[in-house]
Amino acid sequence: MLRRIYAIFVSRNREFFRDRSSLAWNLLLPVGLVFGLSFAFDGQRDEFTVGVLQAEAEIDATSHPFLETRYIRFVPYDDIDEALRKVERHQLDLLIDTGPPTRYWINPTAPKGYFIEFALLQTSSPAPNSVIKEQIEGDPVRYADWILPGILGMNMMFSCMFGVGYVVVRYRKNGFLKRLRATPLTSFEFITAQVASRMVLIMIITAFVYTGTHLLLNTRMEGSYFTLFLVGLVGAISMVSLGLIVSARVTSEELAGGLLNLINWPMMMLSGVWFSLEGTGETLRSISRIFPLTHVLESARAVMLDGATLPDVAPSLAALVIMSAVFLAIGAAIFRWEQY
Amino acid sequence: MTIALEARNLVKEYPGVLAVNDLSFSVPEGICFGLLGPNGAGKTTTVEIIEGVTRASSGDVYYYGEIAGDRFRQEVGIQFQNTALQDHITVLETLQMFRSLYSRQANLDDLIEQCSLGDLLDRDNRKLSGGQRQRLLLAVALVNRPRLVFLDEPTTGLDPQARRNFWELVKRIRADGATIVLTTHYMDEAQVLCDDIAIMDEGKIITHGAPKDLLHARFGDELLHLPHGEIRRPNLEDLFLDLTGHSLRA
Repeated sequence: MLRRIYAIFVSRNREFFRDRSSLAWNLLLPVGLVFGLSFAFDGQRDEFTVGVLQAEAEIDATSHPFLETRYIRFVPYDDIDEALRKVERHQLDLLIDTGPPTRYWINPTAPKGYFIEFALLQTSSPAPNSVIKEQIEGDPVRYADWILPGILGMNMMFSCMFGVGYVVVRYRKNGFLKRLRATPLTSFEFITAQVASRMVLIMIITAFVYTGTHLLLNTRMEGSYFTLFLVGLVGAISMVSLGLIVSARVTSEELAGGLLNLINWPMMMLSGVWFSLEGTGETLRSISRIFPLTHVLESARAVMLDGATLPDVAPSLAALVIMSAVFLAIGAAIFRWEQY
Repeated sequence: MTIALEARNLVKEYPGVLAVNDLSFSVPEGICFGLLGPNGAGKTTTVEIIEGVTRASSGDVYYYGEIAGDRFRQEVGIQFQNTALQDHITVLETLQMFRSLYSRQANLDDLIEQCSLGDLLDRDNRKLSGGQRQRLLLAVALVNRPRLVFLDEPTTGLDPQARRNFWELVKRIRADGATIVLTTHYMDEAQVLCDDIAIMDEGKIITHGAPKDLLHARFGDELLHLPHGEIRRPNLEDLFLDLTGHSLRA
């Protein structure tokens, strides 16, 4: 069995690496996106963002006049440590506990925090000790630091989903699957070889892109490379498995492309590739949890930006493992070799 | 006489179409068996059911007296009518990959020589001519030293030289002891290669036997008198047209 899996695995790897245009696309797209977006946004967020310490999910603008200020995004936080870490990294311009007494935290090295402090003091009582100021220092998380896991995850998603989904459909359509069907190869062996091949390829490509970007842009890496590798690996398996479900029966590349995009685009938009889901509605955040990419990006950002350890990301990894098992079981159950 | 392959009461129904209609036949070991028929007669469906790549609506296939299963997959070689191979993979790598899928394995050097692939080993599958490609597909069908070989219209689209070269290969395979099941549209091919033929039409076998016997039974020792005064002995094409008619098929 292993010999057959290995034979298909090697053959698929050769096919991929020798297809230079696909290989170049897989390598250059993510690098280009990270550089382009870093340059375009130059590490700055356009809007002012203020964290509000409170237990409730909705901001009560009547609790302090400052919360009625226009053109500021107020995001509720019930975990003060998490909120302070964001102030430290310039991801929040200011954190406020409306009190009484009103208490706020800013980073003295953050330019936007400097201005937003003026706005807060304008709307606060001038009485002595009615507002308590605290300072936290730390280097900013640049846009490149934040977007890098998103771009890597997105590239992984497209590569896993199309790399397996599209290829299996092409094999089925052109009769190569039928030819394999006439050998002792089982569907389990074929699927295992496809998953393994794409997993190895995507991990090599992701490691290459990450290393290059990390060296050139000196992106932040607070946690362990091993944990990050594990997140990528489990994430890749889950997304390859999802691609296999799409490709299990479809015989048309056009239909497969449409179905894959139907999954990929909502996943990309709702998993936090381009923007943080913090401050969005509870419903949207709940929906985003059904996508494997959400768990991959949350874990990768936690490891890279916050130094999260393996136990910290274990719940997300467990979710990805469960998703992979479910997707693989469905894919293997409905897999068909032939066209009709 | 050992029976290598037996089809019993095969039926294949598609919505509104009975492609294979209660078909039974057997193939003795060591012969070349030809399955002939006009387009849409059900040849390819029948063969694909026997090969295990299409599921029958009912009926069974026996390989050396056992229901065709794991042993059958290990011991048969198949050349499909249309097969794509992987892009960016060379001829040698293709052979190595398919060979690795079997526990019975042919000697690769012998196979390469037998199918005249020596000069093509480093060539990308995409860059093979029609004849070269058919030789590679035949070699792929032989990577497991098969006891039973299926060849589904293997010379369709080849030029006369390539067809004759292919016939020689098939004769060699048969001489090495393999049983061959050949489907073809070419009556001259069947006449040259087959020891036994079955002619199918509308999902059924309408005649079955050795070509000479069938011709004798149908035409006796008569000579055919053609419209322009030509006189010749009847051949399989005459038999085929006589049995299946001259109307155009799908």
